[in-house]
Amino acid sequence: MRGVLFVVAALVVMGLAFWAYQENYKTQAAIAEVRDLHQQIGAAHERLGMLRAEWAYLNRPDRLADLAELNFDRLGLLPIMPDAFGRVDQIIYPLPPIAPITNPIELSSDAFQNVENPL
Amino acid sequence: MTRMPLRPLARILKARETGENPDVIEAEIRAKRHEEMHDKSRQRAEGRLLVLGLAFFCAFITIGARMGTLASSVPEEPRATTVGNPIIGQRADIVDRNGRILATNLATHSLYAHPRDMIDPANAAKGLAAIFPELDEQELLADFTGERKFLWIRRQISPEQMQAVHDIGSPGLLFGPREMRLYPNGSVAAHILGGASYGREGVASAEVIGVAGVERQFDGFLRDPANEGAPLELSLDLTVQAAAEQVLAGGMSIMSAKGAASVLMDVHTGEIISMVSLPDFDPNNRPRMLTSGDQSDSPLFNRAVQGVYELGSTFKIFAVAQAMELGLINANTMIDTQGPLTWGRFRIRDFHDYGPELTSTDVIVESSNVGTARIAMQIGADRQREFLGSLGFLEPTPVEMVEAPTGKPLLPPHWSEISAMTISYGHGLSSSPLHLAAAYAAVANGGTRVEPTLRKVETPVVGPRVMSDAVSQSAVHMLRQVVTRGTASLGEVAGYEVAGKTGTADKPRETGGGYYDDKVIATFASVFPASDPQYVLIVTLDEPSVYTLGETRRTAGWTAVPVAAEMIRRVGPLLGLRPHVDSSQPVSVTLTSN
Repeated sequence: MRGVLFVVAALVVMGLAFWAYQENYKTQAAIAEVRDLHQQIGAAHERLGMLRAEWAYLNRPDRLADLAELNFDRLGLLPIMPDAFGRVDQIIYPLPPIAPITNPIELSSDAFQNVENPL
Repeated sequence: MTRMPLRPLARILKARETGENPDVIEAEIRAKRHEEMHDKSRQRAEGRLLVLGLAFFCAFITIGARMGTLASSVPEEPRATTVGNPIIGQRADIVDRNGRILATNLATHSLYAHPRDMIDPANAAKGLAAIFPELDEQELLADFTGERKFLWIRRQISPEQMQAVHDIGSPGLLFGPREMRLYPNGSVAAHILGGASYGREGVASAEVIGVAGVERQFDGFLRDPANEGAPLELSLDLTVQAAAEQVLAGGMSIMSAKGAASVLMDVHTGEIISMVSLPDFDPNNRPRMLTSGDQSDSPLFNRAVQGVYELGSTFKIFAVAQAMELGLINANTMIDTQGPLTWGRFRIRDFHDYGPELTSTDVIVESSNVGTARIAMQIGADRQREFLGSLGFLEPTPVEMVEAPTGKPLLPPHWSEISAMTISYGHGLSSSPLHLAAAYAAVANGGTRVEPTLRKVETPVVGPRVMSDAVSQSAVHMLRQVVTRGTASLGEVAGYEVAGKTGTADKPRETGGGYYDDKVIATFASVFPASDPQYVLIVTLDEPSVYTLGETRRTAGWTAVPVAAEMIRRVGPLLGLRPHVDSSQPVSVTLTSN
């Protein structure tokens, strides 16, 4: 009886040792992966910061004002002034779409117009 | 093991035969047996001691070896158990109220040298001098060939410069990572942001610290890793700030002013939407402090916060509002304006003679010093002091800038009756344009005190009441009439119902003793739109003069007012304020029938 107990205990110890060994390596791998990810995220953050800084630099008000002035012929941009505000009733109501013509009437001039669509 | 009996029969019988005592034999055998047992247990104990000693020896060796490795190895942060975000460790960004970047960081490199590792110092010095024009080749060569082991060459270099230094190919030229503070908008909001510099510097990293403005004020917040990179949100609006700077710079050059300042503030929350001081500077390349002369001539000087000036007639509304609050007058009370008003050896006179009396509204509209002084006499010095204190004129503004405490108002040493009279029209008390903005905000917002702030306010706090709502409304009504029929007629902006008060104060001589005749501080304090005040705008010009309609004019009505009007015209739409259009016919329902 005791012998069996010893053998079982020894097997359990060996099994636990094997498990601990595996867990240790898994942990090490996970830590290495986390470190890699941190490095990647850090690099991405740095790149993002650089891009944001560049965006802010390219959109600085002085530069935009200069560009608007340079391209005035094409864009015609002016500083927003109080008269830029409109009222809702100044906008025309969208026109209803024209219904398709289902029963066309034949005209004598159709024969000429069929050659080329004037639209 | 055979066990020997204590009384072996053979020896006992033999002893009996010879007449000896058999007990002796027993004692002898017992003693022998005890001796054997003793030896055995001693041996076992020795063995145990040995094993125990070995175990302790191994344990001590293990612990000692571990201590040795810990002591001799480089410390390493525990990687598996870090709390929080280990990635964002840099200084936080500063953004405006809409999230646009005002200050951020840029990863660059620093350049340093190990002259001992250099193979060809002469070539390295020549190459560096070619890349960086400000470096001197001879000095570099002297450093590289001298005793020095370590040498900083540049604190920050661009990627192109880094590549060029790489191409020199010297093993003694090394790069370290370095964070650089970048203000992408250049001089926009320069005084508010301040600037940053390096604190403790190492090869691997350097500490970025704020040196002025909000960078210094919020240094702890910006560097706190617990914020996980959350930006500092200011109350500024970048677009409005840029437009205000552009208009003010234009106005300053047209009016040939030495300096200018403007403050645009939300009347309800005290948020500073834009604050400009000209001349300004580029915080990316912050100039040095003046070592001699007047600091207020330096571009670093923030006129809106640090500059304390006698702001002239803009103060009149406080005297009238307080008198109305105390019930001494109402908007139509007649005030004696017969000048000059003599008090001791002082004589108070008006710009024009306004006749024997004016209504209190006209005292404001025509800007009568005599009338305001008479109102101040009714109020009395103590009550005036208390009222101006409740508007914030007695201590520096609480705005979140390190420079704020230096903008301490200059108060009269004895607040006598004559002080009260001169202060009522803005002489004898010097304060910053920001003080004036906060006080006008309190007058305009229905009468509650406003503390100016540079941080975005999420939940507005209503300050203590300084005047009733009715008084506030009639004060704004008076200010509106200053623009429609008074000294600020150039300030009318169609649709924005500007209300305001001009102030032209002679500059006191630096040497003491009186005022300059031809140097003024022209101020226009305005509130818009008058029907529902939202914003207060202060424009101050330092020593303006403009040649208009055949004469040189310095009064605020001709200098500060047109600049402020143009600023409101530009800034109003940017703030999302729809111009108020007066409809000629009232909206009505017409009854029809057929």
